[in-house]
Amino acid sequence: MISVSAVPAKVRLPACPHNIMCALCGVLGGRGHWTESAAAPEAFASRPEQHTRARERQARTRLVNRVLGHYGLKLDDWLGGAQVLRGRTGRTALVNNLSEMWAAADDLSRQDCDPLDPDLLQRLERE
Amino acid sequence: MGEFSQQTPINIITGFLGSGKTTLLKGLLTAPNLTDTAVLINEFGTVGLDHELVQNVTESTLLLDNGCLCCAIRGDLQGALRDLLSRRQSGQVPHFKRVVIETSGLADPAPIAYTLLAEPVLQHHFRLGGIITTVDAVNGGEQLRRFPESVKQVAMADRLIVTKTDLAEPEQIGVLHGSLRRLNKSAQIIEVAEGEIQPAALLTDDMYDDEGRSREIEHWLAAEAGADALAHDHADDIHSFALSYPAPLDWSAFSIWMSMLLHRHGNNVLRIKGLLNVAGVPTPVLINGVQHIVHPPSHLPAWPSENRQSRIIFIVRGMDRVAIKTSLAVFNKLANPDVAPGRAA
Repeated sequence: MISVSAVPAKVRLPACPHNIMCALCGVLGGRGHWTESAAAPEAFASRPEQHTRARERQARTRLVNRVLGHYGLKLDDWLGGAQVLRGRTGRTALVNNLSEMWAAADDLSRQDCDPLDPDLLQRLERE
Repeated sequence: MGEFSQQTPINIITGFLGSGKTTLLKGLLTAPNLTDTAVLINEFGTVGLDHELVQNVTESTLLLDNGCLCCAIRGDLQGALRDLLSRRQSGQVPHFKRVVIETSGLADPAPIAYTLLAEPVLQHHFRLGGIITTVDAVNGGEQLRRFPESVKQVAMADRLIVTKTDLAEPEQIGVLHGSLRRLNKSAQIIEVAEGEIQPAALLTDDMYDDEGRSREIEHWLAAEAGADALAHDHADDIHSFALSYPAPLDWSAFSIWMSMLLHRHGNNVLRIKGLLNVAGVPTPVLINGVQHIVHPPSHLPAWPSENRQSRIIFIVRGMDRVAIKTSLAVFNKLANPDVAPGRAA
């Protein structure tokens, strides 16, 4: 058995072709959030219709704003890949993906945004 | 590094103290097709490993500011994996094709999954393979009753290896099977006696592996179908259930719903695995989540049968199946107002 010594203080990392700033999402080396089909293009490669990241984001924003309306919030595009979440009182938060957005939504609305909340579901069904 | 199938898979072998993790690993590493495996071990036990590339790492977990226990970085693994990557690149170690992490007996597998996604370098070179949990046929039932760590290790598994079956009574093994199936509907259950195991697919089949992913999905679906009789709606413990939706799911609506569900309830959603019929996508999309952590979707090249329904397996703690089913149906209807909401299997 070859015993590998402890991790040296300075680890030389191999060159990584993805270790660059992504101009769209602004994340160093980021693959993209799992909710965006662009993060896993091979999983959606069989999609026959012309599909763009911008069109997907528009559709996602339109749908999520219906949910956010329950909490008095609204999501809009901002610069690059970021979006801005606005509350009733004018407070805002910049978010890069849906996970960040839900955390900001809790904060701005001072509520626990919950997809199992019967009041939310009733409102969505009424619309 | 491009598609996930090109990335080095990391398999996790976990299991309660004395359940036979190292014995299993020792058996696996003798297989000719598994010699190119790097091994990281959190604690050396009484069973020695005679393998070319073994490294001991001292478990250290870095909790993030949000205090979430699953979204914690295993600093020991982060450093060890970066080191392995560097040494492989420079030729200092043999070119390993997979990594196996053997956890300590009380470890939570979730932070390991998070660690792989938390850093760009690791994210681009490694991916989560399978979570393999060993369960002692003699003491496993008692451990499940007494130790929540043991329950979580079983609930998160892709494969459950029931060890020491030669020492247990058939009735005892049967009762244990029932307990395991209630906790985890989708995992393949494999019995081994005296450490003997057919290793061919244990470390190679997973949902991102080009050759193994179809077999992996067959395991999910077979386990799901065979366990329907065990489905129950108790919301007070860890249990698993499957939902099926006949109508195609809108990806935007689904991802909004699932990201919101995991944000609010991720601590109690131990695993989500799904074979989705996504509207506009002819081939099935595979999803795989471990608590708050969701790995990028994968796909199958074709549907495994004529059944084109979306099927999602949940392993949850204290959550109600009907509430989850209803909620997803309502969200999906936002994008497809004319479509029937679907039903739960």
